[in-house]
Amino acid sequence: MTETLIFICAGTMAAATPILFAAMGELVVERTGVLNLSIEGMMATGAAAAFAVATVYESSLLGFAVATISAGLLSVVFATLTLIFLANQVAAGLAVGILGLGVSALIGKKHEGFTIEPLKSVDWGFLSDIPVVGRILFQHDFVLYAGILLIAIVWFVLTRTKLGLIIKAVGEAPEAAHAIGYPVILIRFLAVFFGGAMAGLGGAYLTLAYTPLWAEGLVAGRGWIAVALVVFGSWRAHRVALGAYLFGAISLLELSIQGLGLAIPSQVLSAAPYVMTIVILVLISRDARQIRLNSPASLGVTYRHQS
Amino acid sequence: MSRLRVEPRVTESVIAQYLVPVVAIVLTLLSGTVLFTFLGKAPSAVLYTFLIEPLTSRFGIGEVLLKMAPLLLIAQGLAIGFRARVWNIGAEGQLIIGGIFASVIAIHYNESESTWILPAMVFAGMLGGIFWASIAAYLRVRFNANEILVTFMLSSVALQILYFLVTGPLRDPDGFNFPQSVVFADSALFGVLIEGTRANTSLLIGLTLSVLAYVFIRHSLPGFKLSVSGAAPRAARYAGFAESQAIWLGLIIGGAAAGLAGVGEVAGPIGQLQRTISPGYGFAGIIVAFLGGLHPIGICLAAFFMAILYVGGDMALISVGIPNAATTIFQGMLLIFYLASYLFVHYRISFQGRAAAT
Repeated sequence: MTETLIFICAGTMAAATPILFAAMGELVVERTGVLNLSIEGMMATGAAAAFAVATVYESSLLGFAVATISAGLLSVVFATLTLIFLANQVAAGLAVGILGLGVSALIGKKHEGFTIEPLKSVDWGFLSDIPVVGRILFQHDFVLYAGILLIAIVWFVLTRTKLGLIIKAVGEAPEAAHAIGYPVILIRFLAVFFGGAMAGLGGAYLTLAYTPLWAEGLVAGRGWIAVALVVFGSWRAHRVALGAYLFGAISLLELSIQGLGLAIPSQVLSAAPYVMTIVILVLISRDARQIRLNSPASLGVTYRHQS
Repeated sequence: MSRLRVEPRVTESVIAQYLVPVVAIVLTLLSGTVLFTFLGKAPSAVLYTFLIEPLTSRFGIGEVLLKMAPLLLIAQGLAIGFRARVWNIGAEGQLIIGGIFASVIAIHYNESESTWILPAMVFAGMLGGIFWASIAAYLRVRFNANEILVTFMLSSVALQILYFLVTGPLRDPDGFNFPQSVVFADSALFGVLIEGTRANTSLLIGLTLSVLAYVFIRHSLPGFKLSVSGAAPRAARYAGFAESQAIWLGLIIGGAAAGLAGVGEVAGPIGQLQRTISPGYGFAGIIVAFLGGLHPIGICLAAFFMAILYVGGDMALISVGIPNAATTIFQGMLLIFYLASYLFVHYRISFQGRAAAT
């Protein structure tokens, strides 16, 4: 029993990490008032690019770097469409998302069926040897810890710094932010790039550490769940992070229930994260007033300089 | 110093509206050719297999019409919702549930030769699509849950339901445990439309729906209300058009059309229920809807073009060795270039030489 619990807790942290990166990125993007629905495609591109590079050059680090850049490039396409060509953000997100899925399939095709050595765990010395807690918290790779650091950084920047104030001002009232001299378009552009890069990192974590292999459809809706988590977390870093870990646990359900020997069809368990997303969205969105209060006022609205 | 400026037009440019899809297609083909030249394929061969080869044989044209049917249905349904800014992106799931509903009838009455089987399947498939879309409509209207996310999640759920059914309750008992149902009887299949091809009469449903969509948008009050809700939400509220009505109507119409597309697949080229009943028609339908300018006639042309891309993609895989992913990439690029060029419908670029210099 303890073994199962340790397995679930440690596994939750790993399963949550890809969604965590993507959701933290999307949080920052949405805080500037931009709704990026192409996260799924960016994660897929990051995942495929990272895996391709890692198998060819045998370097995970290079894989993460290339994933960040390639998903970042995709996000530049999205940013250009929505911020410069003033396209509808929903439609643009779908378009770039589909492109990303196509690109990932093209890149990944040649590397299907290969596996690579997953990332090594960080050596925490005696901490890793603590019973139970050590195995849950201190036997993971460095990227997982970077994810936890990311929560702290995003939280700190959004709530405690001037940059956070500017980001929120741009998201709440772009006209006003422009009037006091902030470059609204540039700030949004950079935020979208950051969001894309983080989605790419999340995707890379899937193929380089979590699975570690590439197959088409591997991302399996995680990008969309990340978007939903930002709503779930009411646009606040710590709540979004909590949501990511919750979903990590749910996605482990399949393995753990099979471990317990319960006869539940595997499809029911595979559908669980999607059903849970819907349930959570319903519970959170029920109070329309609360959502209006928490969501960035200009979210999804096209902005153009009135100069 | 002179500089370029983007200025809003007083009225939408009609010429630009017609040009946008053309420009999007040309730019997509150009970029696609560059991409595959870069990957070591001859540009002429790529363009030929994707665009010309599907139309050079009776078989090819039949395949194009076959794939056009579901794309046309889905896009016409989605476009009506999109006009009202009801973002149903889960047509794939509505198609699957529609296919399942229709299959249940075909499997249950597999011995029957009644001419009522197919009409019953069409009806059931439509209900299935409506049912699946209604969940999203209800959750949005009652609980304010974002329909984009809900419809997408429901698609993933629908796929799992399909997997469950074909490995269990609806599996062919004599099928050596393959995850598929019995093969449907002839009474449960659409008739062939053109002799010697696989194109079937479900295309006629799509064309009929296109005419209905035109009438609905142009000549009906609910259609008008939907368009106003999308174009000017505040005006719509002021006029007393309920937002909830637009959401229900938009999703139900989209779901019904996608459900019909599902029937067309299981009672058409597939002829049974299996794990894969759509190669992403639900998502391609979104692109067809936009590429057609959300207009019924434009959508007919766009669905025909997208069907060529699908068939061309299959042919390119065989003859030039281009992976299937190319079709998805082309789809993404089409919508990207469409959205980018759409700027010129509402805005124009003006060249301000002197004004900026002073």
